[in-house]
Amino acid sequence: MAVFFRMILSETPARFRHPAPGDGAMPEPLLRARGLVRHFPVRRGLLQRVVGQVRAVDGVDLDIFPGETVGVVGESGCGKSTLGRVLAGLLKPTTGELSFAGRGMESRRGAELKSLRRDMQFIFQDPTGSLDPRMRVRDIIGEGLDAQAIAVGRARDKLVDEILDRVGLGQDAALRYPHEFSGGQRQRIGIARALVLRPKLVVADEPVSALDVSIQSQVLNLLVELKRDLQLTYVFVAHNLAVVSYISDRIAVMYLGKIVELGSTGELYHNPRHPYTRALLSAMPEPTPGRRRERIVLHGDVPSPIDPPSGCRFRTRCPAAQDICAKREPMLEHKPGHAPGHLAACHFA
Amino acid sequence: MPLLQVQNLRTYFDTRYGVMKAVDGVDFEVAEGRTLGVVGESGSGKSVTALSIMRLIEAPGRLVEGSRILFEGRDLAALSEREMQEVRGNEIAMTFQEPMTSLNPVYTAGDQIAEAIRLHRRMGARQARARAIELLELVGIPSPEQRFSAYPHQMSGGMRQRVMIAMALACEPRLLIADEPTTALDVTVQAQILESLRALRQRLAMAIILITHDLGVVAEMCDDVAVMYAGRVVERGPVDAIFRSPQHPYTEALLRSIPLLGMTADEPLKVIPGKVPSALRWPPGCRFAGRCDYATERCRRQDPPLLEAEQGWAACWLRAPPPKGSAAAA
Repeated sequence: MAVFFRMILSETPARFRHPAPGDGAMPEPLLRARGLVRHFPVRRGLLQRVVGQVRAVDGVDLDIFPGETVGVVGESGCGKSTLGRVLAGLLKPTTGELSFAGRGMESRRGAELKSLRRDMQFIFQDPTGSLDPRMRVRDIIGEGLDAQAIAVGRARDKLVDEILDRVGLGQDAALRYPHEFSGGQRQRIGIARALVLRPKLVVADEPVSALDVSIQSQVLNLLVELKRDLQLTYVFVAHNLAVVSYISDRIAVMYLGKIVELGSTGELYHNPRHPYTRALLSAMPEPTPGRRRERIVLHGDVPSPIDPPSGCRFRTRCPAAQDICAKREPMLEHKPGHAPGHLAACHFA
Repeated sequence: MPLLQVQNLRTYFDTRYGVMKAVDGVDFEVAEGRTLGVVGESGSGKSVTALSIMRLIEAPGRLVEGSRILFEGRDLAALSEREMQEVRGNEIAMTFQEPMTSLNPVYTAGDQIAEAIRLHRRMGARQARARAIELLELVGIPSPEQRFSAYPHQMSGGMRQRVMIAMALACEPRLLIADEPTTALDVTVQAQILESLRALRQRLAMAIILITHDLGVVAEMCDDVAVMYAGRVVERGPVDAIFRSPQHPYTEALLRSIPLLGMTADEPLKVIPGKVPSALRWPPGCRFAGRCDYATERCRRQDPPLLEAEQGWAACWLRAPPPKGSAAAA
């Protein structure tokens, strides 16, 4: 087993620092999700009767270990943003268990809940919409400090200045308003706001998608640096597989509310097991002209999350679908012959 | 003769803060049947360039004296609006970035395509409908007879983009300008759309100007590339040359700043420091000098024209032969 493990490590060197299930000394997960479900009611008619449910997250099990970056990737409608918000405590799950640092999140109240909010922070996708345009930067960032009663007056300003400095914005940014900054700078303000509380876990929802290509690299580099310096744990939700695989240690691929594949970045890249992951990888246009890759082109559109297909949800677009796929839903599990910690939800993986 | 030749295109906007020189001297050509990628970030002027070619710029914007847009030898910049209407949608067509906001929400997909047909061809409603259904099928929309009566909000992003492409192709244009055709779409849908475009351009022997910021799409779809920065074309050439051996520092930096599948966070991404200068006040000298790793005094003083480079052109003094009398020339 140890030899096999070393083989995997040699493919994904320094970055694969986190141990996988099967390895003896495994730390406690920082965040533990079991059977997470989040539905949104669909209402119709004069009386706003509930006629159905959007099954945005429909049964997710996931462990996030301290110090790692877990990427959650998938296309529009897969539920990754909703999952990110549920994990960060911004949305309550419809059913399912979620615990942080060993204690359930549901049961927390008062001071305990407050400390939970401090330990988990969120970075939003839209750098413009997520900043109050009528607040100065200092107050946007300091609001969390106030709510947590961490510091007041000069001490508070000092903490704000410090974090502004860390994210590469000068201290004179503190007195300005969001509209005075570019998109990339506003995203830095959002990052500063999340980090000023020194959280343990940061959930970032598409933090660079709204930015120009050359600014994306600035912000990505910053996120990597900050994680190292402040010992953070990240959940990184995005649709761009190249960006996600650049920054993540492990990746969860989502489709229609479920995780269809989970494993280390190296494993997913070199040995994708689920047909959807393979299609995603092959659909990525590569900046290398002339490389005619065998492209898997999926047919049709994503089914509705209100009425997902029976059995395996991916079967309506899957090039390898068989009869069993309509009858029995595959579980997300480890199959013999796969690397430890590499799970796939497919009857034929 | 190339199908389209853009020469010294300048499009300025008169605002209360001053003149915004969004496009400030753009030159490029597109040969028949070839695909030109126009790459650039926000503020580079690429969309305004496309709108200028289509003569869709309205006040306070204007095409400046001296701009020439030669399409099959005819200068589009000199045409009257009436004459341009014969060209637009007919010989040159354009698709826009956000299909939801570019399609008319109160008309069905089929009606919008039929409108494009009937504007330029003498056809009755029934014939136009049949042709529209043909086009819907051509762009890969399943059950085209039913989809004819669908409204934009009833369709997915990928389908709307296809409807726009169908509208653009209705009159079999010689040139298609596609402005960020896949940016708003999921990557698997993007792959479908790009495959459709490839099949269509072959079938119709159509030239394409593909505007995008996605270098991966450029590598896949384009024969030639024009890189735009700060209202100008800073590099031009065949796609292989641009990627293998970029001649302009901006192109080089752009290529090195994108995370590629397989890269890890152990290799920091190349960062282009600073940001694009304002179009209200372009700096003297080279507009990229403030962010360039290789900038010299000359770069800050003198604006380089497009100079011949290995296999194309680059607006960079590094590509120029050293001035006479200098040590380097000896």
